[in-house]
Amino acid sequence: MAYRLSPARLWREKDSRYRLVGGMCRRCGRRFYPPRPVCPYCGSKSVERVELARQGVVETFAITYTVQEGFRDQAPIVYAIVKLDDGARVFAPLTDVEPEKVHTGMRVEAVVRRVRVDDDHGLIAYGIKFRPLRPAKSGQ
Amino acid sequence: MPGPVYIVGVGLTKVSRHFDKSLIDLFAEASLKALEEAGVEPRDLDAVVVGNMLANSLGSQDSLGALLATSIGARYKAAFHVKAACGSGGVAVYTGYSLVASGLADLVLVGGVEKMTDYPTPVITTALAQAGEAEYEVFYGASFAALNALMMRLYMEKYGVSRDEMSEWPVMMHANAEKNPYAQIRRRISREDVAKSRVVADPIRLLDSSPIGDGAAAVLLASENGLKKLGKKPDVLVEIAGVGLAVDTVELSNREELDAIPALRYAALQAYNMAGIEPKKLDVVEVHDAFTITGILSLEALGLAEKGKAAKLVAEGRFHPGDKPVANPSGGLKARGHPVGATGVYQVAEITMQLRGDFPGVKVEGAEYGLASNIGGDGSTITAIVLRRVR
Ligand SMILES: [Zn+2]
Repeated sequence: MAYRLSPARLWREKDSRYRLVGGMCRRCGRRFYPPRPVCPYCGSKSVERVELARQGVVETFAITYTVQEGFRDQAPIVYAIVKLDDGARVFAPLTDVEPEKVHTGMRVEAVVRRVRVDDDHGLIAYGIKFRPLRPAKSGQ
Repeated sequence: MPGPVYIVGVGLTKVSRHFDKSLIDLFAEASLKALEEAGVEPRDLDAVVVGNMLANSLGSQDSLGALLATSIGARYKAAFHVKAACGSGGVAVYTGYSLVASGLADLVLVGGVEKMTDYPTPVITTALAQAGEAEYEVFYGASFAALNALMMRLYMEKYGVSRDEMSEWPVMMHANAEKNPYAQIRRRISREDVAKSRVVADPIRLLDSSPIGDGAAAVLLASENGLKKLGKKPDVLVEIAGVGLAVDTVELSNREELDAIPALRYAALQAYNMAGIEPKKLDVVEVHDAFTITGILSLEALGLAEKGKAAKLVAEGRFHPGDKPVANPSGGLKARGHPVGATGVYQVAEITMQLRGDFPGVKVEGAEYGLASNIGGDGSTITAIVLRRVR
C-alpha cells in the first residue's frame, strides 16, 4: 500500500525528473510530459525525447492540506499544472513560495528538489518543482 | 446489434462505517438480495463479475472473483475481478453486459464491494491517490483531491463561477439523500456550511468531497434466455439499452482539456447511439460526483448543460427533484456515499429502481430512460450506461 522506491525505478525516470525531458511529436509538433511512446494528442509514433522549456506559467493550482502519508510535515503543499513556454504541461509542486501568494498566470521556473525519502532503505528521490520567477533577478 | 440484456434483480447495503462487516459479508448481503429478487439460486449463475478498487492495497486480498463467488455458493462458475480505480463498478457492469450480450452467459451477477473504514484517513488517502499516475503525480505526494482541485479552480476562473454557485451541488445532494435509506449521510446542509467547511485542497472543501464508507451493490443481468430461468418474473422489466466506455490519459498534464471530462463525452455518445436516444430523453441520471466539480463537469459532458453553465443551472434550481432529468436522486457520491469500487454498481441499481418505480428515496415518477456514469481516476476510465423501462 505504501509507495515503494527502488534504485532501478528511480534510475529509469531520471531524465524526466532531473532534466525535464519530455516528448516531442514530429508530426503535430506538440510537446508533452511525461514522455510517452506515442503522441497523446495526434497518435503519431514518430516521437523524440527533448529537454522541455524550464519556464512557464501556473495554469491552475491546489493548496493541499490532505496529502499522502509521509508528506504531512510539508502540508499545505501547493500543486500546480504549469504550462511551459514551449506548450507542454507539467504537474508538479511549487516551492519557495507562500501559498497565499500563488496565482494563476504566475511565471515560474523548474528546479530539482528532494521529494521522497524511503525510511527503510535510505533512498532519496528527487524530482521537479517550480519556484516563482523573480523579475528582479537578471539572467534567470 | 448485441442481444437484449435485462436487469432482473438489484441489491444494496447501506453505505456506512460497517465495523462489524467484512468484504465478504457486504458482498453477500447485496448479492443474495439481488438473486432473491429474481428467484435465482447462486448455482444457476453462469458468471460473477466483481468490481473493487482497494481490497488489494488496503486488505492484502487478491483473487476476489474466486473469493466472493464461492462465498455466495457459486463454486465452479466463471468469476473474476475488474479494476479501474473508482470506476471499477461501472466497468464491472460493462463487462457483465458484454458476457450476456455476446451470448456467452445467460445469468450474470455483477457485484461492487468496498471496505474502506478499517484504517485511518491518511492510509486511505494514500491508497486512493493510486488512481493518479504513479511516477509523475502520486510520486509527489498529491492526494486525489489535489488533482480534482486543479480542475475546479480552472473551471471557476475560466467561466466566472462563484463559490456560492458551486455550493448548491452538495446542498442538493444532501437534500436528496435525506430520504434514501441506503445513504451514508442523511442530513441537510446549507451553501454557507459548504463554504465554511474545512479546506481539503483549496478550492475543494470537506463538503465538496464524498465521504469514506463501506458498501456493496449488486445487479443481476439476464439474456432473453435467462428470463426463462427466473424463479420470479419481474413486474417491470428494465433493459440496458446502451453502454459506453472511454479512457483518457491518467496524468492530467497530457489531457486535451482540464476544464472538462472529455472521455465522458465519448462514453456517453456511444451509449446514446446504442440506445438510439438524445440526452433530452433522459428522465433521471446518477453521475459521479466524487467532488462537486466532478458532478458539474459530468452534467456538461453528458450534454445536459453547455460548457461552463452547469454549476449556474444547478444554482438556479435545475436538475433538482421535479426537473427533467433529475440528477442523483440517491444523493450521489457526496451523500449516498462513495465505496469506491462499488459506486458504479450502486448507480445502475438505483437507476433500475427508479425505472421500476420502487426506489425508496426521492422518486422520479414515470421515468422511462435513465443513465449512470461512473469515473475512474480524475477522468481517465469512464463508463456511461443507459437503462430503459421495457414493460
Ligand atoms: Zn502529435
